[in-house]
Amino acid sequence: MAESTGTATADMVASDGDDGVRRRDFINIAAVSFAGIGGAATLFPLISQMAPSADVLAESSTELDTSGIAPGQAIKAIFRKQPLFVRRLTAAESAEANAVGLGDLRDPQTLADRTKEGHGDVLVTMGVCTHLGCVPLGAAEGENKGEYGGYFCPCHGSHYDTAGRIRKGPAPTNLEVPEYEFTSDSVIRVG
Amino acid sequence: MSFSWARQYEPKTGVTKWLDERLPLPRLVYNAVGAGYPVPRNLNYMWNFGVLAGFFLVLQIITGVILAMHYASDATVAFAKVEHIMRDVNWGWLMRYTHANGASFFFIVIYLHIFRGFFYSSYKAPREMIWLLGVVIFLLMMATAFMGYVLPWGQMSFWGAKVITGLFGAIPVVGEPLQIWLLGGFAPDDAALNRFFSLHFLLPFVIAGVVILHIWALHIPGSSNPTGVEVKQESDTVPFHPYYTAKDGFGLGVVLIVFAIMVFFLPNMLGHPDNYIEANPLSTPALIVPEWYFYPFYAILRAFTFDFLFVPAKLMGVIAMFASILVWFILPWLDKNPVRSGHHRPLFRIFFWILMADMALLFYLGGAHAEEPFIMLSQLATAYYFLHFLVILPIISQIEKPQPLPFSITEAVLGSDETAADNKPAETSA
Repeated sequence: MAESTGTATADMVASDGDDGVRRRDFINIAAVSFAGIGGAATLFPLISQMAPSADVLAESSTELDTSGIAPGQAIKAIFRKQPLFVRRLTAAESAEANAVGLGDLRDPQTLADRTKEGHGDVLVTMGVCTHLGCVPLGAAEGENKGEYGGYFCPCHGSHYDTAGRIRKGPAPTNLEVPEYEFTSDSVIRVG
Repeated sequence: MSFSWARQYEPKTGVTKWLDERLPLPRLVYNAVGAGYPVPRNLNYMWNFGVLAGFFLVLQIITGVILAMHYASDATVAFAKVEHIMRDVNWGWLMRYTHANGASFFFIVIYLHIFRGFFYSSYKAPREMIWLLGVVIFLLMMATAFMGYVLPWGQMSFWGAKVITGLFGAIPVVGEPLQIWLLGGFAPDDAALNRFFSLHFLLPFVIAGVVILHIWALHIPGSSNPTGVEVKQESDTVPFHPYYTAKDGFGLGVVLIVFAIMVFFLPNMLGHPDNYIEANPLSTPALIVPEWYFYPFYAILRAFTFDFLFVPAKLMGVIAMFASILVWFILPWLDKNPVRSGHHRPLFRIFFWILMADMALLFYLGGAHAEEPFIMLSQLATAYYFLHFLVILPIISQIEKPQPLPFSITEAVLGSDETAADNKPAETSA
């Protein structure tokens, strides 16, 4: 070992093999690879810590009674710290939504696609504009419902129709219908 | 580097001699912003704004660190903490109003600094790197200012955060998970507020680091000047100190008078009253707008209300907004005309002022309601903005025949230059 403590000479490394690969090359690649893998593994917790924490993810589902909502009325609730609109459509509003041809829609869906069977007049949507996340107007009494009688987002001027479908403005898709089910004739559980 | 005639630092006392041999910091300062830095003798007041920007960066860091001593980034108390600073902390109102208006003034001087660069083509060789680093600083400033505006946790803070992080949601496939990851939740809340505070504290120091690179890169070729003719000889320059320390000092005094008027008499003029209402996730303000200094870019974001080239409107707006700043990165390669100064380019000068008018229009539209005729005007102004950089500028840089340049800065200032008369009579090329 004594003679290998000094600086490696060309003679010493050449003796490791005839193909030009030195022992030091192997050590170099192995060490850098190992450090690289270790570095990448360290990155994972650094990135993952930014994701929603357990308490944020543990948001329970929300239960709502829809029996108190009169036709033409809507209520605002909270689901995952975001507004949720529950609206009971009037017959005229349903007819208006059904009269629209799917070809005229940016995000083609029928009213039936967006409601539950047997509860075609109850429209449950997130109150979050699909453009950049503002709360559209139109759920509360006297608010601007936009040109299509549904919801209107004041931030950048998106108009939604009575089925919560995007009709005009920058929003790309219809108001999101969250996962929900009717647990009785009038009670829904969202989430 | 420096010009060969630059004055040399000579430590005079025992202490400075001792220090110069161990850590030559006084020498560095002397060469960077002292008598050892020769600067063109013809700089006008548009050359004040770099120093002014540096001043406001330092002011923001000092007031910001003080505010952080009295603030807490918890969504339940953040709004009350800001009121606590305003009402209870000794001189807290002064610290906060200085910080809030300091941000506005930082952007005012930075915009003038950038527009100076546009007019005098400061981005051209050999100064491309200074320009690129400057654009990086501007992007960092925008990120810092945006996150700072979220901290008071008022209505505009909350909805601004929601809209801006919503931009990332427009990216196909990864957009929504990315947005949730950025916020640490489904909507802005404690997690987002905390990380914004952390980054808002960090980024100014990153900016300071890039500023040092910016100044370093500046000292390689030396400062540009209003004629656009490079320094040729000692008579073209004067030492930075005392000539420009004095000129910058005068400019700083004028700006500070205006700044004091804002802080003491109109402290909320540039803010939004909605931000004195605590954040409410269930109620959107009637008009969500960012701080005034983001208006032109916000107008471009909102201009896309229709799908463009098969790209959805929302994504297109986001792309256009980022592209409107990123296009500055390629500016040195869009404008290849060898003449720098707008003073010697009559055609370029006309389009420079049209661009300024276009940006002023975008400024106005960014703060307006999203309705006609503002939407259509935004679309036209956005179209012209990109047309200017991507089409007009490359074309005029090809076809324009610039006016004759003076032989040297000395000739431009004094009307004659002995060196010019000796060496090349009647010739005026750069």
